[in-house]
Amino acid sequence: MSSDAFRPCGDFKTAYSRDQTIFPTSWSRNFCILGIIAVSLAPFFADRYVLSLLIQIGYLGIAALGLNILVGFTGQISIGHAVFFGFGGFASCFLSNQAGLPPALSVPLAGLMTTAVGLVFGLPAARLKGLYLAIATLAAQFILQDFFGRAQWFTGGVNGTVAPPISLFGFAFDRDERYLYVVLAYVVLLYVAAANLLRTRDGRAIVAVRDYYLAAEMMGVNLAKYRTLSFGIASFYAGIGGALYAHYLGFMSIEGLDIGFSIQFLAMVIIGGLGSIMGSLLGTAFMILLPQAVNAMVKTLDGGAIDHALGLHEGLPFLREMMIGAAIILFLIFEPDGLAHRWKQIKAYWKLFPFSY
Amino acid sequence: MEWHLLLQLVMNGLIVGMLYGVVAMCFVLIYKASQIVNFAQGEFLLIGAWICWWLLTKQHLPFVWSFVVTLAFMMAFGLLVQIVVLRPLIGEPVISVIMMTIGLSIFFQALMKWVFGVLPQPFPPITEIASVSILGLQVQTVYLMSMAVSVLLMGGFAWFFKSSRMGLAMRATSFDQQVAQSLGISVRQVFALSWGISAMVSAIAGIVVGVVNGVSGALSIFGIKVFPAVILGGLDSIVGAVLGGLIVGVLENVAQFADSQFLKWGNLYEIAPFYVLIVILMIKPYGLFGKRDIERV
Repeated sequence: MSSDAFRPCGDFKTAYSRDQTIFPTSWSRNFCILGIIAVSLAPFFADRYVLSLLIQIGYLGIAALGLNILVGFTGQISIGHAVFFGFGGFASCFLSNQAGLPPALSVPLAGLMTTAVGLVFGLPAARLKGLYLAIATLAAQFILQDFFGRAQWFTGGVNGTVAPPISLFGFAFDRDERYLYVVLAYVVLLYVAAANLLRTRDGRAIVAVRDYYLAAEMMGVNLAKYRTLSFGIASFYAGIGGALYAHYLGFMSIEGLDIGFSIQFLAMVIIGGLGSIMGSLLGTAFMILLPQAVNAMVKTLDGGAIDHALGLHEGLPFLREMMIGAAIILFLIFEPDGLAHRWKQIKAYWKLFPFSY
Repeated sequence: MEWHLLLQLVMNGLIVGMLYGVVAMCFVLIYKASQIVNFAQGEFLLIGAWICWWLLTKQHLPFVWSFVVTLAFMMAFGLLVQIVVLRPLIGEPVISVIMMTIGLSIFFQALMKWVFGVLPQPFPPITEIASVSILGLQVQTVYLMSMAVSVLLMGGFAWFFKSSRMGLAMRATSFDQQVAQSLGISVRQVFALSWGISAMVSAIAGIVVGVVNGVSGALSIFGIKVFPAVILGGLDSIVGAVLGGLIVGVLENVAQFADSQFLKWGNLYEIAPFYVLIVILMIKPYGLFGKRDIERV
């Protein structure tokens, strides 16, 4: 199957395979490969700060993609993604510390364990939708968070647990420069997997459930099965993301797995674009870079008149939180389809340039 | 001695439950009028309590005046929130609306922390008498006052929806928006007003909690505790919300009693309502009094 170099000015597809292809033009595929190469060369020219941001975008992006499959593609709302993220992290620590598995193996296994937990919570979720599901997952958030605090054998309680670095054939990925490749490999693998999932029967069934669940059921889609399935998939992605997080920090604690973190995942998905795979990564990058931008802004204003008037320096953590809230609000009002939609519009503009009609 | 403790805890539960009931009532008001689940309900309490505290301690207004000014402010605030940020979202999917209220909640919580700091601040005392004894139980006067305010608010709501013109318009709108509009009710006004009233009444609850426990960011917990209450009572029933609030309040305290006496698990006080929530969602998702959502194809 050959693909065009450019996007035709209209829809001239003659086969379903052309419609379902991940990369509609050879340019888009080449750009994607170029991006991966650029990131994999990053350790040679970027400093540790940029690398740590890239790694963060990587593991959070994986979890955000999971949430996007659940919220954006299946239309199920979850306000408890952070606990599944945390569960993945703890599971991986548990497997490598208690069960003695090598961390390279414990990460995917932690993903599977989280899937199991996600399915347990997903089964009741299969009967609920919309608001009720949102509230049920809110309850799951509090219950699992409480469980983490309680289960000393699993999470180490308030002290947290240590996570050994991932190593493969005696080569330890213990520094940012090296760990980036682990995260990059998982990001590429899981994003390609998600893109392909949506081209299968199961993927189309999931989207059908979102668009109109009654119509989907009429067409023979098993609602309960696919709602539970997408909960499981979302948990799997969250678990992998959490496991990568744990092994990156070398430490996993129950702190920070609160509802605010769950909301941040939702914000990533909304800002990136519901129902867009690339959007998940864009949204994650936005949410990671936003606090950095606020920090930079406060730094430039430091000592100035505005700083004195508002007390920016002392209010920095609150200012960052406020910016997250403001970003959610502004995106919902002005760009409800997220960054992915904006990107499409930019592409559409250039497609017709200079004769847009 | 344990029975005495239990009785005291049940009493506390009833008092807190009344407040949960009031907040749940406000939550249901918004839900009934505009089908929006408001995750920022707790922030209404928080903002109201802080504003009143600021007027009282920094501007040295008498309590009555700062109370009235706070209420007027919260009314305007609720209207403004609905008009500026929620009106553009009419017709958007549920997740967008939920995220909007979550965004509001994050924003205002952080703003309040920034403006008023993170430390809890006590309200200046309002009455001289610290506590009275009822049936051998020591009950603080502020608790009695909070109970009286709650009952008053509930009565006010009942009157508003039974007899006042605007209340009837609201009920009509929640019953059927198209019919209401064709009868000359401005649905936009009803939406805005429901937010205004909800913010105002929540602020009263916030002030009451502030007077009892002091003002701090912890007030916004009420916004989360409301969920078990409304799910228990049914999302669209005001009576259900009040009852749900009472049940959750008592349940919390009984759970704490059971925890401290027998189970020794710790933290059950906060988690018990959510277990109940899950059970209710499994066996009776429309709550005790909620309307069943019947879908026809």
